[in-house]
Amino acid sequence: MEIPRHWRLQKQRYALVGEECPHCNAKIFPPRDVCPECGGEAKEPYRFSGRGSVYSYTVMNNAPAGFEESLPYTIALVKLDEGPTVTAQLTDLGEKEVAIGMPVEMVTRRIKEDGGRQGMLVYGYKFRPVMG
Amino acid sequence: MANQDIGSYLLKPERGVGIVGYGAYIPQYRLPAAEIARVWGRSPKSVPIKEKAVPGLDEDTVTIGIEAARNALARAGIDPSLLRAVWTGSESHPYAVKPSSTIIAEAVGAPVHIQAADLEFACKAGTEAIVMAIALVGSGMGRYALALGVDTAQAKPGDALEYTAAAGGAAFVIGPADESVAEIVSTYSFVTDTPDFWRRAYQHYPEHGQRFTGQPAYFKHVLTAARTMMEESGTQPSDYSYAVFHQPNLKFPKKAAKSLGFTTEQIEAGLLSGVIGNTYAGASPIGLTAILDIAKPGERILMVSYGSGAGSDALDLRVTDNIANHRKAALCTADYIARRVEIDYAVYARYRGILRMD
Amino acid sequence: MNKVYIAGIGQTNVGEHWDRSLRNLSAEAILAAMHDAGDNVAVDALYAGNLLASSASKQSNIGSMIASNAGLTGVETFSAEAGEASGAAALRMGYLAVRSGYARTALVVGVEKYTDMVGSNIDRVIAHSVDYDFEAMEGMTPQTLAGLLMQRYIHAYDVPRTSLCALPITAHANAVHNPFAMFRRAISDQTYSRAGLVCDPLNLMDVAPYADGAAVIMLTADETIARKNDKPLVEIAASAGAVDTLALHDRADALVFSAVTASTQKALALAGMTLEEIDLYELWDAFSIYGVLSVEAVGLAAMGAGWRWIADNADLALVTMGGNKARGFPLGAAGVYQAVEAAMQLRGAAGNNQIRGAQRAMIQALGGPASNVITHILARTV
Repeated sequence: MEIPRHWRLQKQRYALVGEECPHCNAKIFPPRDVCPECGGEAKEPYRFSGRGSVYSYTVMNNAPAGFEESLPYTIALVKLDEGPTVTAQLTDLGEKEVAIGMPVEMVTRRIKEDGGRQGMLVYGYKFRPVMG
Repeated sequence: MANQDIGSYLLKPERGVGIVGYGAYIPQYRLPAAEIARVWGRSPKSVPIKEKAVPGLDEDTVTIGIEAARNALARAGIDPSLLRAVWTGSESHPYAVKPSSTIIAEAVGAPVHIQAADLEFACKAGTEAIVMAIALVGSGMGRYALALGVDTAQAKPGDALEYTAAAGGAAFVIGPADESVAEIVSTYSFVTDTPDFWRRAYQHYPEHGQRFTGQPAYFKHVLTAARTMMEESGTQPSDYSYAVFHQPNLKFPKKAAKSLGFTTEQIEAGLLSGVIGNTYAGASPIGLTAILDIAKPGERILMVSYGSGAGSDALDLRVTDNIANHRKAALCTADYIARRVEIDYAVYARYRGILRMD
Repeated sequence: MNKVYIAGIGQTNVGEHWDRSLRNLSAEAILAAMHDAGDNVAVDALYAGNLLASSASKQSNIGSMIASNAGLTGVETFSAEAGEASGAAALRMGYLAVRSGYARTALVVGVEKYTDMVGSNIDRVIAHSVDYDFEAMEGMTPQTLAGLLMQRYIHAYDVPRTSLCALPITAHANAVHNPFAMFRRAISDQTYSRAGLVCDPLNLMDVAPYADGAAVIMLTADETIARKNDKPLVEIAASAGAVDTLALHDRADALVFSAVTASTQKALALAGMTLEEIDLYELWDAFSIYGVLSVEAVGLAAMGAGWRWIADNADLALVTMGGNKARGFPLGAAGVYQAVEAAMQLRGAAGNNQIRGAQRAMIQALGGPASNVITHILARTV
């Protein structure tokens, strides 16, 4: 069971909270210690809007352990409006076809169980086709 | 007698309190009741509703609560760091021990300096959270509190309640009356130790009192709560533009309305169980959000929840001039109802985890 | 600084060796390499390349295990890890040790045991090479990454789905004549287009099959030792590595394998060669899209034209013994298999697959989606 590392990343995962670089204003996700744009130290939290578009996607038919129950699922690279790209599952697709360029919005969903029925639930970001 | 010391039976806050923001969330999947009837070999004509909302594989009470709360905060237009409490009522919390409220609080950006707790009282758990939030704000203990009623109800296969046990939730940011879209005029709560709907620890599915659910349970509590509320307030049904009752199906709330003297038009906007099922702790709260989506300033709303055989909370609300202000800041309840992906019983069985996998 | 000669080579068959362990596989390849070198060669160091053992076989300190099992005493040892490029990382370690003079003769042992664990548990271990917190936690595997890249490539350059078939077809054709290969049957266009989907649009023919295997290279600075077996002398002319972002989502342009470009340029510069002088290029075909993007990154084709270059190519031999796709993909050992195969070519010992007059070979291994790229250039000693 990996409680500490999931707990460390809660804010980032639940609400897509990254960082804003105080030196060059770049918006960073996932958060890291050094700004990938200017190399300066980056620590200020920044809450992303959750809006973005699909840069690429693929459908998983074989899942790694812990994800079998949700097969088949779609994983995408989502380019957020503020700049960074994130890796995430797409959800609530229904009958919709996924297309590169499709606008999506972030929702917080169950990602997996950390070690079976008795384990902790890991919640995090997924993206769905924009509603309304 | 001790009763004589409590004065009015109404629970009213000292300060003006109201709903500053509201929001709902309903999952997209729909299982038609006729499909359930088909599986169990019953007539499609005998079903109590049209269809119910089913949560997806990655949804639960926490995820539904998070989206409803985000909608409520968007409409409230306040920074979530100003919240002083987060209370979530449900009978399907993902953990038997570990609060949904803290996960929701973290996800929506509430500060660490809050009161938080989970509530259970079957379908009444949502309005309890609201009453508690009213108390916190009304007493001056805190400026804003977040109250949620959410469920992903468990339905025993083949049981009568399978047609209606559904998923959905609503959230309310309670705060000062002058910032609100609907002011709380008063509340009234009525509880008895009546065994109608219960689930023992470690059991998967709840038990219910069958026909006992009707008169001694649902009707006794809903009607008593509504009548006492109106009596103590000096009001009658015609004073309200809308009424919303706990809605385990369509028959019960319609009958309750008729008994009390409310018209079909008054209950129409808040009566959603026909198309989304019984969302348990979310039921009358979601009904309230649908009303708030269309209500006009000055209109008055009566809301009565019910749960577990044993209690009802009644709320008397008056819509303010602020009602339309942030309405578009979040999706309307109708938007969620319109988002519909029909599934069959087999997919439903998979999603609800009722297939034996080992 | 010393020359680094290849004194001996050895390899096992690549396949699902249920009945053989890490010990068995590594010992077989070591003995083969010792024998190829002419026996009785004293070895100072052993560098191991392996990816899965610490998780899938619950065995760390693998260098000790291998040396101990092969009866090698008096060696220094540790393993190098660079995702799937671990074998190439171990080769680089051996190269540096011998070139600098700190070891006279070193064994580079690539060994992988994919079949000690089965099912989704082994898939989870293999996914260790992706970003755990932000890729694996979303349900991602290396196949997912390749699927995302292939999807984007098809969209960006508007190419037909089946356009990536040339590389797997070439790989299978060459594996027919490689007795160590896992799959020794040619495939056709139809085989490719009918193959089942792994990870839309990736199909089964786009994915190199994970397998067990061990390959060993003996490196030495001592020319006498190198000439002991009377085989044509081959040396490592250059070795260079480069890194890119770990996660695909952090790339400036996901379709640009900049670490392939950097590593290749560095290696060629160190060898004092140009790409035109290279006779065979063992590129990394863990996925057909990686082969295509590698070809573009080294400058053999413009961006978006790599698939066509591979289909039309007659100049530069690729995957000459089957590549990861048909020879099989023993993960952390694959980088050493590439070295063994290139050495066979340069010795003139590649049988039906022999590239005529092969003098210079470039071998290249990728950890992750070119997050870590290690390139070596081998040359016939003049």
